[in-house]
Amino acid sequence: MNLFLIAEQTLNGLQLGVMLFLMAAGLTLVFGIMNLVNFAHGSFYMVGAYLATYFAQATGSWLLGVALGLAGTLVVGVVVEMVVVRKLYERDHLDQVLATFGLILFFNELAAMLWGRAALYTNIPEYLSGHVELLPGLRYPLYRLVIIAVGLGVAALLWFVVARTRLGMLIRAGASNRAMVAALGVNIRVLYTLVFGFGAALAGLAGLMAGPIYVVQPGMGELILIEVFVVMVIGGIGSIRGALAAALIVGMVDTLGRAFLKPTLATVISPTAADAAGPALASMLIYLLMAAVLALKPQGLFPARL
Amino acid sequence: MSPRSRIVALALGVALLAAVPPLAAAFNQPFYLDLVRRIMIFAIAAASLNLILGYGGMISFGHAAYLGVGGYAVGVLAHYGIHDGFLQWGLAIGASALVALVIGAVSIRTSGVYFIMITLAFTQMLYYLGISIEEFGGDDGMRLTSRSRFPGLDLADANAFYYLVLAILVLVLFLIHRIVNSRFGMVIRAARSNEARTRAIGFSPYPYRLAAFVIAGAVCGLAGALLVNHTAYLTPDFMNWTRSGELMFMVILGGVGSVVGPVLGAFALLVLEDLLSGWTAHWQIILGPLLVLSVLFFRRGLAGLAFSKNE
Repeated sequence: MNLFLIAEQTLNGLQLGVMLFLMAAGLTLVFGIMNLVNFAHGSFYMVGAYLATYFAQATGSWLLGVALGLAGTLVVGVVVEMVVVRKLYERDHLDQVLATFGLILFFNELAAMLWGRAALYTNIPEYLSGHVELLPGLRYPLYRLVIIAVGLGVAALLWFVVARTRLGMLIRAGASNRAMVAALGVNIRVLYTLVFGFGAALAGLAGLMAGPIYVVQPGMGELILIEVFVVMVIGGIGSIRGALAAALIVGMVDTLGRAFLKPTLATVISPTAADAAGPALASMLIYLLMAAVLALKPQGLFPARL
Repeated sequence: MSPRSRIVALALGVALLAAVPPLAAAFNQPFYLDLVRRIMIFAIAAASLNLILGYGGMISFGHAAYLGVGGYAVGVLAHYGIHDGFLQWGLAIGASALVALVIGAVSIRTSGVYFIMITLAFTQMLYYLGISIEEFGGDDGMRLTSRSRFPGLDLADANAFYYLVLAILVLVLFLIHRIVNSRFGMVIRAARSNEARTRAIGFSPYPYRLAAFVIAGAVCGLAGALLVNHTAYLTPDFMNWTRSGELMFMVILGGVGSVVGPVLGAFALLVLEDLLSGWTAHWQIILGPLLVLSVLFFRRGLAGLAFSKNE
């Protein structure tokens, strides 16, 4: 295997990593502040992908589709918060898991009714569809570079908002003592709705960027959601820094494992055995990583501290 | 409900279930025999989940894993031409117990949200493992060439299989009833309601929880062996995460902390699914909100309607 292939797969891993981070960031904020486990977070990923695809076709402009898709996911998130999720803050985690599981069924079926069960394929606009020559001989798709840039940009923006603005101060205060924040005259309900909608929009962003790379179909959100849970467990649930570090680790391990585990195994054991064991092991790799991290640090790599 | 009327109610329930095959034959509706048998198999799985979820407070979102392990134990042996039922079901129970031991050993060290996510993640791992093994059909799964063979018992006979499932269900409920009312069960329940106090009186919850987790896994593995004999087809979908969610709903709908609750819950959920899916292809768009409403407004479950809470 050559170095260019490794570099390319490393970038792919980075791209998956930032996507996982966008998902994990919203979940982490919601969990850290409202103490809510939202299993329907994957649904926002799917909603973002579908809305962006729909609006891009309706308006004929990809950028407009992205903007409307993002705004649409935000609205869906706010509505879900106001109608259902708001009633769950005071409930235990079991109730939250079950109720949001019901939401998943609803959203998946709604998508199937509106757009069918078959996968939709979306196109990248021409100005993003080329390749960039990073090094002489190393060409990489521009679109994936854009995803990496957007993801890292959002991570930086998120850090700035949480650590350096008044809103972020309220968010951190709400996470550590909600009663006190409310007593100081902050409308905590509006803050919650805002944070939830914002988290949904982040998931929508990940979904609409994923649309052209993977496929858009009902249930697409849950597959990535479970990987995001792995990210959160490894990073330490409730920790944004942990989520970022773990998302990049998981993205790398998953991508590199799928690309290189089989050829590497083939050098050790027989190629036919590697053919059988390679893919199986590669798909289990991040879960084994999770088990290993838990065995050493049950609270994750970066125990929660927003 | 007094203890005596509870026993009468249970006996009535068993008699009702026992009456299904002759009734289905009388009205020439074999579909219902099939439906009730499937419901009872899921009731066994849900009852095992209830042991750790309802009594132990361990919110496992990965209980479908053991349905899968049990199913694959039977399917894989059958694939290699071994059809002996004792061997197949023994392996189903043993392998599920072993997998539960490994998953439990890692996940019970954590609690709360971690536990939910980890059990879900490990089950997803097994699901992907099932998909990636081409030898056993991968994504498509494989047909069971022959049902498990027991001397003097033919599972291809729908009625015989039905009564076997019913007998196992009654046995499992009795077993769980005995467990939760034993000293061991007391420790599990105590650790659920107050872990610090349980430690203070000298019990370390970990080994007790792990043992309960393994028992639940083993029982659910048996349900998996039954399920694959029921469907005669094995796919990784046995371990799909939505299956785990459905099992949790059966426990919750039935009412947490009641031995027969999961049976009621399994009936409620699967009959509801059957009715809705007969009505529209998009039945999940109705089921989803119904489940949300049940969580928000129907917290004590079906058993809560009939039985007093402090039994």
